[in-house]
Amino acid sequence: MIRLEARNSTPAWFNLALPVAAVVVTLVLCSSLIALAGASVLSSYAIMAAAAFGDLYSVTETLVRAAPMIFTGLAVAVAFRAKFWNIGAEGQLLAGAVAGCAIGSIAMPGPIGMVAMAIAGAMAGGVTALVPALLRVKLKVDDVVSSLLLNSVIFFALMALIEGPWKDSLSGYPISPPIQDSAIFPVFIPGTRLHLGVLIAFLMAPFIWFVISRTVFGFSIRVTGENPEAARYSGINIDRVLISTALLSGGLAGLAGVCQVGGLHYQVMAEISPGYGYSGIVIAMLARLNPLGVVPAAIFLGAVMTGADAMSRATGVPAFLSDVIQGTALLSMLAALLFMNYRLRFLGKPA
Amino acid sequence: MPLPIIEMRAISKRFGAFVANDNVSLSVAPGEILGLLGENGAGKTTLMNILFGVYASDNGSIQIDGKPAQIRTSADALSHGIGMVHQHFHLAPRLTVIENLLVGTPGKNGQLDLAGAKAKLKYIERDFGLKLNPDTIVASLAVGEQQRLEIIKALFRDARLLILDEPTAVLAPSDVDGLFSALRAIAAKGLGIIFISHKLNEVRALTTRCVVLRHGRLAGEVPRPAAASAKQIAELMCGHEIVPPSRSSTKLGKPVLQLENISTSASTGTSLKNVSLAVHSGEIVGIAGVSGNGQKALADVISGLLAPKAGMLKINGLTVSDSSPRTVQAMGLGRIPEDRLAAGLVSNMSLAHSIALPRISQAPFSKCGLLQPGAIVEFAKDQIKEYGIKCQGPDVRTGTLSGGNLQKALLARELAFHPKVLIVSQPTRGLDVGAAQFVYEKFLSLRASGCGLLVISEDLEELLTLSDRIAVLYEGEIVGLVKSEDVTVSKLGLLMNGARGQAV
Repeated sequence: MIRLEARNSTPAWFNLALPVAAVVVTLVLCSSLIALAGASVLSSYAIMAAAAFGDLYSVTETLVRAAPMIFTGLAVAVAFRAKFWNIGAEGQLLAGAVAGCAIGSIAMPGPIGMVAMAIAGAMAGGVTALVPALLRVKLKVDDVVSSLLLNSVIFFALMALIEGPWKDSLSGYPISPPIQDSAIFPVFIPGTRLHLGVLIAFLMAPFIWFVISRTVFGFSIRVTGENPEAARYSGINIDRVLISTALLSGGLAGLAGVCQVGGLHYQVMAEISPGYGYSGIVIAMLARLNPLGVVPAAIFLGAVMTGADAMSRATGVPAFLSDVIQGTALLSMLAALLFMNYRLRFLGKPA
Repeated sequence: MPLPIIEMRAISKRFGAFVANDNVSLSVAPGEILGLLGENGAGKTTLMNILFGVYASDNGSIQIDGKPAQIRTSADALSHGIGMVHQHFHLAPRLTVIENLLVGTPGKNGQLDLAGAKAKLKYIERDFGLKLNPDTIVASLAVGEQQRLEIIKALFRDARLLILDEPTAVLAPSDVDGLFSALRAIAAKGLGIIFISHKLNEVRALTTRCVVLRHGRLAGEVPRPAAASAKQIAELMCGHEIVPPSRSSTKLGKPVLQLENISTSASTGTSLKNVSLAVHSGEIVGIAGVSGNGQKALADVISGLLAPKAGMLKINGLTVSDSSPRTVQAMGLGRIPEDRLAAGLVSNMSLAHSIALPRISQAPFSKCGLLQPGAIVEFAKDQIKEYGIKCQGPDVRTGTLSGGNLQKALLARELAFHPKVLIVSQPTRGLDVGAAQFVYEKFLSLRASGCGLLVISEDLEELLTLSDRIAVLYEGEIVGLVKSEDVTVSKLGLLMNGARGQAV
């Protein structure tokens, strides 16, 4: 007989072991789907790995995929630390992309244009996240629901924009006018798409880690999330903390949108984000809300997405497997978190 | 001697290197109310959790009615007739009384056996004098009634042994008598009861025999608790002599905390009505009152959490102009909240961070908005040493500390900044004798050093021991302000129930 028993303390290595275990369990569970699709499990995973990390170009493609998810992962991690349940990173990303694109299409000297795009995108994302935060602070509206539903509002507003005023009058395609050539992010390695936004994403993670773990502001976020009553008792204005957290979180998600516009697409279209905002939730949970953990978690999902395309082409297993892996990874991680507080105890057979 | 209902023989349980129970034996006979005593961490809860099937013991055996029994789960315990009433109730608040009783019982042809359950509830009411309306929603029951429901639930499942874990900790003093007469009625029917408590006068009043645990071992047995003195039992619990705290006479200084005609709005619980009160340097003023008569509003106003609707608050002679925790703290107010882990400390953070929390935005804990981890840890190390906080170090998770050590941590973080006045609510609630003693000594030495203290407590003995003056709160008003020499527990009790006294 097996039973769960409460833990008195959690070993530190669990922080690393649990996400790794969740990933392993995910790959094992998903291998049955590959087998059902009639392909060899090991060779399919090998193809995925090769496509994601096999050569320099593959590695850069994985990193390019990971970059926007680092931003959204950080956005979700920061928000969840304060128990501001921001499920709206997707909408905030789109808002950031639209604002970034609008500013990027104005003629400006290159570096100024890029900075202006980033500022505009972050502000748009922040303002979007402010909506559920203010609704929660002022009217006690559930932030899960409001931030989630706002995603559809933003998405269809974006569609209205690119089907309407921004529609390409020449081709008739629902795509926005492009940004100025001078605002396009520089690429580091010729022949790849490894652009400036990827570097910024990788630098952002340690910066956010520093803010969360080493500043009074970050401390306030953590206390507000862990114990709002103690926060209030000690003089922290928790409403203000929630609102600043929302601005920071939404701003980070907005930067994901700028990253896509300035580094990859140079314009806005409906497919600007294949759900990177939602992937941010998976990533933040795998990272156990640690900003540094967001980087490997985002690379993992980036590799899965890159790899799934290649595997699909080579073996005929549908590329939707990448979505299944994401969802399973989230569930596995949630299940794994149980072991932070409980352990299994094996008992003898009942008498 | 009748066969004991249960007998635990030589029970041992280890958690890693920590020995929670070491070779403990005890038995309960029919009709017996056994007191189980011990300081926090003495192993009472572990022992009872083993009996109730929450933990498996490493060694030892359990006999029920003289026959060896295997208790692996709480369901096993229930089927052997062992019922447990936890300190925190396990009830479904949105269901009715009768539905709560039926939780976990097999239905009749897939339906809830409401009629049968109601009939059984009638028997329980007749036999034990425990009355509850079966159709009341549990959420609308008072705390004492919810506890009654927990006891009924155990009887409903034909428990023959009831374990009650600090049942009076959640009760108002007026509800305690009702609980005790119910427990006596249950024991008179031949059931056994294990009563866990810190409160020695309760143990002496109720139990027929008690056993004392210390450091996981059986420290002794008191055959007739009513005949033993509270001091004797307390010394058995902590293993050394106890010197009662004594209040030396001090000279009153200038007022350090003044409330002048303070009223609050009624949004949160009972509001204050025109409250005026002064605490002087070198004085302890106690606030007595049945809980819910404005104590929370009083503590919140002084702590800067609630802005008064009318009136003036002065700390150390200066008027508090904007009500915020940081303002009153900067003016020299120390605060120790009633609920240590909910309002004071952060369970999931390190002890060092919990200690630094109220002053985190000041030097030395932070500079220019950046935390100074070194200073935070150093400060915590000093306090752990000075106050003898038992823990593995400053990085330990706050939630793992015992109540007494949490209270020490709260004391440490306020007293390190030499407050002019300290407001504290329920300072020894849930603490064992030794820890309470420590708190009393600290308060009295603070008083001797010229700090003013405002102590809000439901424990009248405590207020009479500590306070120079006692103010009684009733429905948000101060209905009496008396010198503690001139008052008795019964006089205070009258005032607490609304009889007006004169200011002294």
